[in-house]
Amino acid sequence: MTESSHHPLRDHQPRFQGLDSGHRACQGCGEALAARLVTEAAGPDVIVSNATGCLEVFSTPWPETAWRIPWLHSLFENAASVAAGMEAAMRAQGRDTKVLAFAGDGGTFDIGMRGLSGMLERGHDVLYVCFDNEAYMNTGVQRSSSTPHAAMTTTSPPGRERMGKRHLKKDLLAIVAAHHIPYAATASVAYPSDLRKKVRRAMGVEGPSFLLVHSPCPLGWGHDSALTVQVARLAVQTGLFPLVEMERGSVASVMPIRRPCPVTDYLKLQRRFRHLFADHPRAREELEHLQALADHNIEVYRLAGEEPDPLDTEGADTVRRGGMRYA
Amino acid sequence: MPQALEGSQAIARAVALCRPGVVAAYPITPQTHIVENISKLVADGELHCELVSVESEFSAASVVLGAAAAGSRAYTASASQGILLMSEVLYNIAGLRVPLVLTCANRAVSAPLSIWNDHQDSMAVRDAGWIQLYCADNQEAVDTTIQAYRISERLELPVMVCVDGFTLTHTLEPIELPTQAQVDGYLPPYRFSRALDPMRPLSMGELVSPAYFTEVRHTHHVALRGALPEIEAADADWAEVCGRHSGGLVEVVREGEGGGIGILSIGSVTGTFADAAEQYTELPAARLIRLRCFRPFPDEALRAACAGLSDLVVVERALSPGAGGIVGTEVRAALREMDEPPRVHDVAVGLGGRDVPLELYPRLIEVARGEQETRFSILDLEPDKLPEEVR
Ligand SMILES: Cc1ncc(C[n+]2csc(CCOP(=O)(O)OP(=O)(O)O)c2C)c(N)n1
Ligand code: SF4
Ligand SMILES: [Mg+2]
Repeated sequence: MTESSHHPLRDHQPRFQGLDSGHRACQGCGEALAARLVTEAAGPDVIVSNATGCLEVFSTPWPETAWRIPWLHSLFENAASVAAGMEAAMRAQGRDTKVLAFAGDGGTFDIGMRGLSGMLERGHDVLYVCFDNEAYMNTGVQRSSSTPHAAMTTTSPPGRERMGKRHLKKDLLAIVAAHHIPYAATASVAYPSDLRKKVRRAMGVEGPSFLLVHSPCPLGWGHDSALTVQVARLAVQTGLFPLVEMERGSVASVMPIRRPCPVTDYLKLQRRFRHLFADHPRAREELEHLQALADHNIEVYRLAGEEPDPLDTEGADTVRRGGMRYA
Repeated sequence: MPQALEGSQAIARAVALCRPGVVAAYPITPQTHIVENISKLVADGELHCELVSVESEFSAASVVLGAAAAGSRAYTASASQGILLMSEVLYNIAGLRVPLVLTCANRAVSAPLSIWNDHQDSMAVRDAGWIQLYCADNQEAVDTTIQAYRISERLELPVMVCVDGFTLTHTLEPIELPTQAQVDGYLPPYRFSRALDPMRPLSMGELVSPAYFTEVRHTHHVALRGALPEIEAADADWAEVCGRHSGGLVEVVREGEGGGIGILSIGSVTGTFADAAEQYTELPAARLIRLRCFRPFPDEALRAACAGLSDLVVVERALSPGAGGIVGTEVRAALREMDEPPRVHDVAVGLGGRDVPLELYPRLIEVARGEQETRFSILDLEPDKLPEEVR
């Protein structure tokens, strides 16, 4: 891949490419796009620790590799700990190469939680990026604790007794923020300049930083592969995936939603939510539930973007400073 | 000048002499004193390294893997449950061919819970692709630790240095610590050929299809077989530096009476049998053989050490439930290739810290002289503690 598909046009491309073309991701893969954007913004002076998952598998079928940066895949659940070791080595050698950890939602929300928490708590100078496609895609679309409520996966199928996943999407950002690390943010492939800006910010932070990048998976979500960016944008604009920045545990900024879209705009594009559009009271109930979750996000993060009342100093202050989460 | 040092303290000092860049560990009895001593050396400014106090053994192994791959010499230590928790990473480290040294303070594995010594933990990961060296005493633990770094870095294979928990880790012995100059002369600064470096980016840990997997595994096997002479050379060269041998691959600790009985053991019990042999002068002197290197399995050296024996008693410190002995099975297979192989009797003793007393020696001789070959038995079992049906 690295050699054979090298196109002369590449040489004229202004940006550094950490993840080259020619890898084996599905068409329209949000994770591939996200990884390209992240590595582009992070630049060449990095070392990557990559968890098992789609990103690892599609980028490195031996003897080929799509990476132009030093990259190590160890296991599913230890990307953070391996990164911590790399960072300790950089410190020991007096080098300031930034260490990045890449993992999917399964490798982060679920099986990698222990190592992630340890790495954050110990204050390693590592940027941890979770590519959130809301299920275990590499093993064939099983539910993770990041899978949204009511979504269909192969282990949360809808049926007579079930309406897809029974539980809520884990609020990982809150858990990460509770470590009071200098910088944690969510981002989306639908907003590349926002994503790049957040990567650059995280790169500039000394100490642990964390990015949760919403990365649609056409295969697992069952949407047209041409709609990846649109689907990702709707997740933000409905309030289901709020874009926020947290500093030392408090909200520092949010991307406002001027006119929130109804969640059905987002859901109807994806087969994983198809059962919610059946003519059935439980389906309607779950749709309402999902709308309520989006409304809740909009309220909690104050995404609606109204200006604060200038007479309400407390309100003005909180909004300018990012505000406090009250849920 | 020998110093009286606790085993763990001596090992910590040996590690420090190897100048690791990164140390990561998680406490577990009986390994704790090693980590505590290293922490103190760091706190006192006697060891300059990044000490990463991780949240689990899984991360300890992962941190040292990341560190070694990123170009720093690294060290970790564990035991028992910790080794098992690490096991997935241990396989991964070996498969990635990353040089590392780990001390295993050998301890039984739960359940039932036991903090005491046997070899179940390191035996459980014998197929992980690591070199495994078992130490007879604390001087050897010191010397083997230093040798382990040289072996590991020359071959790009990880080395597990196994020391008996409590028996060695918590025992005070006179120890000859090498000088820094001796170690520096023997062990060159860390250099890993595939170190992760933005100036020379490479990808490690790729997905390998069936078209290549077999060849990768074969290469690993060949590398471990090739480690046999390197392990011997590391010992011989270290002896040149400090005058002490650590037993190479297989050590004949004591010659027996010609053509007679041999006792093969692993770890620190060998010393007990040597003392017993001195005491029981009325019994035929057995040839005492110690298996220092268990992985790679030194079949040839073992056959040489067993030449001329009529009976060999293998003394195990672990159990493969439902099968029997682990070491004995491998020894038996290796000795079959001899023209006149001895009978191989396989016994386990000292599980979960049961004392291995001098008085065991006559029983081993008895086993050797038995009419039947003992395929496997737990020799120090006390059947009267058990209900009739499981005796
Ligand atoms: C210890 C362990 N358990 C299970 C697996 C199987 N496995 C590999 S990748 C994966 C799911 C990955 O999901 P995620 O982290 O979300 O990444 P994605 O493929 O969705 O990008 C699973 C379950 C494994 N490799 N290791
Ligand atoms: S399954 Fe999904 S995440 Fe995996 S490569 Fe395909 S689109 Fe990307
Ligand atoms: Mg996923």
